[in-house]
Amino acid sequence: MKTVAIKFFSLPGLTWGIPLVKIFSGDSVGEQLKVITKNVLIPLLAIVVFLFAWSFSARQVTTSLGQIPGPGMVLEQFQELWRAHVVEREKAAEFYARQDSRNAEKLAANPNAKVIDIQYTGKPTYIDQIFTSLKTVFMGFMIASLIALPIGILCGLSKTVMKAFNPLIQIFKPVSPLAWLPIVTMIVSAVYVSSNPMFPKSFIISAITVSLCSMWATLINTALGVASVSTDYINVAKVLQLSPLKKTFKVLLPATLPLIFTGLRISLSVGWMVLIASEMLAQNPGLGKFIWDEFQNGSSQSLARIIAAVFTIGITGFILDRIMVELQKLVSFNKAAA
Amino acid sequence: MALELKNVSKGFGEGASRTQVLQNINLKIEESEFVAIVGFTGSGKTTLVKMMAGLITPDSGQILFQGKPVSGPGKDRGIVFQNYSLLPWFTVLQNVMLAVNEVYPHWTKNERIDHAKKYIDMVNLSPAIHKRPAELSGGMRQRVSLARTLSMKPEMLLMDEPLSALDAITRGILQTEIVNIWGKDKTTALIITNDVDEGILMADRIIPLNPGPNATLGPEFKINIDRPRDKTALNDNPEFIKVRNQVIEYLLDMDADTSTTKTETYTLPKLSPIMPGSFKKSRRAA
Repeated sequence: MKTVAIKFFSLPGLTWGIPLVKIFSGDSVGEQLKVITKNVLIPLLAIVVFLFAWSFSARQVTTSLGQIPGPGMVLEQFQELWRAHVVEREKAAEFYARQDSRNAEKLAANPNAKVIDIQYTGKPTYIDQIFTSLKTVFMGFMIASLIALPIGILCGLSKTVMKAFNPLIQIFKPVSPLAWLPIVTMIVSAVYVSSNPMFPKSFIISAITVSLCSMWATLINTALGVASVSTDYINVAKVLQLSPLKKTFKVLLPATLPLIFTGLRISLSVGWMVLIASEMLAQNPGLGKFIWDEFQNGSSQSLARIIAAVFTIGITGFILDRIMVELQKLVSFNKAAA
Repeated sequence: MALELKNVSKGFGEGASRTQVLQNINLKIEESEFVAIVGFTGSGKTTLVKMMAGLITPDSGQILFQGKPVSGPGKDRGIVFQNYSLLPWFTVLQNVMLAVNEVYPHWTKNERIDHAKKYIDMVNLSPAIHKRPAELSGGMRQRVSLARTLSMKPEMLLMDEPLSALDAITRGILQTEIVNIWGKDKTTALIITNDVDEGILMADRIIPLNPGPNATLGPEFKINIDRPRDKTALNDNPEFIKVRNQVIEYLLDMDADTSTTKTETYTLPKLSPIMPGSFKKSRRAA
């Protein structure tokens, strides 16, 4: 029973429950209280101290948009943004209901009547914008991975390929998304011409900018991982005379997966960071555009909304990172067992 | 002739830092013969077996397997590595299947699985068939490695210190098991070991490898002990004792030869044993 409970609380995000289970099952209370203090109380205390410091120092500065908002005002804006989202969704539902009943009436009067389904064209809500950002970052992350993984494997396999790619990697790695963006914008505008595009241009531009900045970590880690696969495994592949394809998929990639995932994890967090800047400039309707619009809007709530966006970005990035950590745990094998 | 080495030499490094590991190795192994090569650690035993497997090529000289020069690794020579070299992301069955799939690609999947299971059973690992290497003990891992190699039905079995990382008891059990399996199939076998007893127990012929650098093979010692050999009875076998002493004497002589640069002599303190009860007396005498 105890082990089952501990196993459940070992799930990501629930580890705080383990000492509680141990207390109830009769472990030393003092010992477990120490664990709780260390892992739960101290982080909570730090957050509370931060909130007070923020609240206090915010009152000291007055900007052209009024006072810098404290935690309370930001929380209010969170609620406000959620309310706006709910209202917008209701409006959309009403719109579709009206459209459906109108179409039904038309069809009842004349079964051959042409009915048109019009998309509701309300402005995207804050929640929509979060999802647009997520979609964009995943698109960019996918493009980055599709480019970085094969090149990384090739670099790891051959010193010649590595030498060829290394200067390019080193030169392009530190370039800021803001520098890429104008180039990407021009190229996408020239190449991606379609009367009925599958994705909006701004989405493509942001995604490509994200991938240009985030692919390096995956590339370097994959190359390093493949190059440093234990000679024992390579010898097995040699003795069994595995084909290059089998060698890659049965030996090299499994041995490299932990490092590849470290690279992917860094790539995703870099991508998420870069995304906001590129959305701001490319006007992709995500969190970046939200911040830019609020900044341009300059209402008395704007600063509070931007700070709300900052927290949204931070927490989403944290969740994405945790997901990658859990995925990495899933694919990692026990290294000691060679 | 199963395997023949003619004047094989191998060294590593460049220029001043170059060390010649093996020098003029000559060796002939007959079909179905079991040969043991014993030597000190660092004498180039692993280099020797890797050359036979085709994982590294000699600098000079020739290695012939069944009359044909060895140009690379082949499925006809199975190798059992010292450190097991199992793939940790595969289960026992999957590790063995990796080899079976390569050697018998034309068989149906079920035939291949049955074949793999047969060899896993042969090394007594059937209960652990779906476990991963991390869940196995050292002895069990080496059994998997053995099953993987045996399942390829190699014409020659090369074993590079397969048992040296194991405890004495597991080692003894596996020595007997390997010899039994070899006795059934009568493949040619070569074992590299640092344990003279192990070599004598298992092999038909034991050949010392002189300490490197410039290691060469010493004289061969034939072991005329009937099979099956009983490990416990062997200790009283005069032939066993004779061969064992000859080999150890030879190895120690060779080691003394290479370390003659030592000029310092140590004078040992004179010690006389104190018998129980004699302690008081000696004090009274003083």
